[in-house]
Amino acid sequence: MPVQNYIKLFRENRRLLESGSSAVLNGRRDVALENLEKYGLPSNSMEEYLHSNVSEWFEPDWGINLGRIDIPTSSAAAFRCNVPNLNARSYFMLNDIFEAERSPDRTTLQEGIIAGSLREISLERPDIIERYYDTISDTNKAGAAAINTLFAQDGFVLYISDNVTVEKPIQLVSLLSSPVDLMVNRRVLIIVGTNVRVKLLLCDHAISPAAFLTTQVVELFAGQGSNIELYDLEETHAAGFRFNELYLKQDSYTDVTVNLITLHNGKTRNSVYATLEGGGASLSLNGVAITDKSQHVDNFTFVDHRVPNCTSSELFNYVLDQQSVGVFAGKVLVRPGAQHTVSQQKNRNICLTRQSRVFTQPQLEIYADDVKCSHGATVGRLDENALFYMRQRGIPEQEARMLLLIAFVNEVIDLVELEPFRNRLKRLVEKRFRGELSQCEGCRVCR
Amino acid sequence: MLKIDNLQAEIDGKLILTGINMEVKAGEIHAVMGPNGSGKSTMSNVLVGHPAYQVVSGSITFRGKNLLEMSAEERSHEGLFLSFQYPVEIPGVSMINFMRTAINEKRRYQGLPPISPADFLKLIKEKRDLVKLDAGLMNRSVNEGFSGGEKKRNEIFQMAMLEPALSILDETDSGLDIDALRIVADGVNRLKTSDTAIIVITHYQRLLEYIKPDFVHVLYGGRIIKSAGPELALELEKRGYDWVIKEYEDSL
Repeated sequence: MPVQNYIKLFRENRRLLESGSSAVLNGRRDVALENLEKYGLPSNSMEEYLHSNVSEWFEPDWGINLGRIDIPTSSAAAFRCNVPNLNARSYFMLNDIFEAERSPDRTTLQEGIIAGSLREISLERPDIIERYYDTISDTNKAGAAAINTLFAQDGFVLYISDNVTVEKPIQLVSLLSSPVDLMVNRRVLIIVGTNVRVKLLLCDHAISPAAFLTTQVVELFAGQGSNIELYDLEETHAAGFRFNELYLKQDSYTDVTVNLITLHNGKTRNSVYATLEGGGASLSLNGVAITDKSQHVDNFTFVDHRVPNCTSSELFNYVLDQQSVGVFAGKVLVRPGAQHTVSQQKNRNICLTRQSRVFTQPQLEIYADDVKCSHGATVGRLDENALFYMRQRGIPEQEARMLLLIAFVNEVIDLVELEPFRNRLKRLVEKRFRGELSQCEGCRVCR
Repeated sequence: MLKIDNLQAEIDGKLILTGINMEVKAGEIHAVMGPNGSGKSTMSNVLVGHPAYQVVSGSITFRGKNLLEMSAEERSHEGLFLSFQYPVEIPGVSMINFMRTAINEKRRYQGLPPISPADFLKLIKEKRDLVKLDAGLMNRSVNEGFSGGEKKRNEIFQMAMLEPALSILDETDSGLDIDALRIVADGVNRLKTSDTAIIVITHYQRLLEYIKPDFVHVLYGGRIIKSAGPELALELEKRGYDWVIKEYEDSL
């Protein structure tokens, strides 16, 4: 539906919507509304969305669960995101509602950590949430943030005090399940204190065949000297539209790894806005997309080097089959004075068919003179020499192709430091290429 | 074991092999020598079924079967092996995984179950020792970051693992120092049985001091213009190819 209808929907239901949320979240809606009216919804007439017809995603007359109605979830209840030996603390969201009953008890948490429902915690500790919520997300443009901030009622928050080493990985499993088509507006807020070490997994699964439009806004604050790994895995289905924005602010000497993995989807846009604000900050930003049929994956990254001595490296590998489409645009901005910046960016694509397409666009803007920046993008096919070598050793062509594709994707997966998750991903990737993973675990939807 | 009959082959529309005739029996070692551009590598590529080469006419029979009807992988399963002149690097595919897949595909072709992990590791160890290949290389990607010598030893290691009936060694001596050459040659000799055969493609006599051929063929202009015993290699080393070519041209 057109933007006016979203605005109308909001205006007419504002009281209902806000009663299911918290004062902090409600306090940001006016500005979001103003900006949404001003900039409208994103569309492919805009440079940033040139190759993704995002306006189409908003077109259907999506339902939004403003009244926070319990959606019957027999299948969701049985769902387990199956990562052997991960030994994680797993939190659950069903659509855009936090599931307290399925998530770990707050009293069992390590000291210095607050984790749980964004709505609930912002009611209990508005002082903390107020300070961070919607402060680095940017509604001042056409994107997901404005509409998400307007409609988001709940989400997940993780707050880690200074000097805490988080023992177990923290996982947020977001399930999409609904008897009718649904728009989901989910919010994630992660505040990481000084010298904290933490590993985070965001796993998105669709477990009912309805169509979904998900907007998700993640704000991640990396406190001085912190070490953060954030993995975002999408396993949804062909009728899923996902508009995901990650805002990342890195203080000095932070070491942040972000990995965006799209194994199954419909249409996906991931935008990462990373700001390196403290000297010595380092960002490793990576992604994998494996697509077929009419799937569409668009990863957009913007890395803002504001101060000297920071490092960023990006590696995005795509494998595109059938008539699927991959988009990568990576912007690196080195501001005046951000000397000794080291930045590299690589986007590598393999098109398996003539019908698959890739749009890739590296963008470097450098306003400092003592920096080391590089970028490269390739679109190609599998190495014929390697294929023949393997066939000569008796490996059938089909199998040889598979091994090469798996190796290509593993170049990124190997950057995942969390070992059980890395192993799990490798198995998933292999299954995906072998066609065994035509659906995610627990999902009866795809194909 | 192998019978090549009037083989003509081209690449990109250019005729390279103009009529090769050759017969290799079990237990024999054949050397194929010749100046640059004579078609030596084309011959080995055609034998193992490289898709870039088209056979125009002629036939190849391998252990009683029509080789030209088989895919590259089938030829491998039937016992044909090529030690590449330039072994290919395959980033991201570990030696272990590569070898296990190759072995199990061959076993599947033979109707055997996959090799057990214990047997596989034992086999690896045994064959690695044969060419003194470092154990650490097994966990690395195929040929990636291997030295020139390691790459060639890796070829012979794979040959040992797959136990082919006929091995073609394409310029296996190129890029090897004398010690590596000895190791490689020693490995090849130890793999040699009365049931297997080898075709050695080389520029120089040097390798033939270690792997002693029963027959030496000179390839020129895409055909074999002279065949003789091992003494021919020595003579070629001394006198070059010109006299053979002249002799051939005079005979026409």
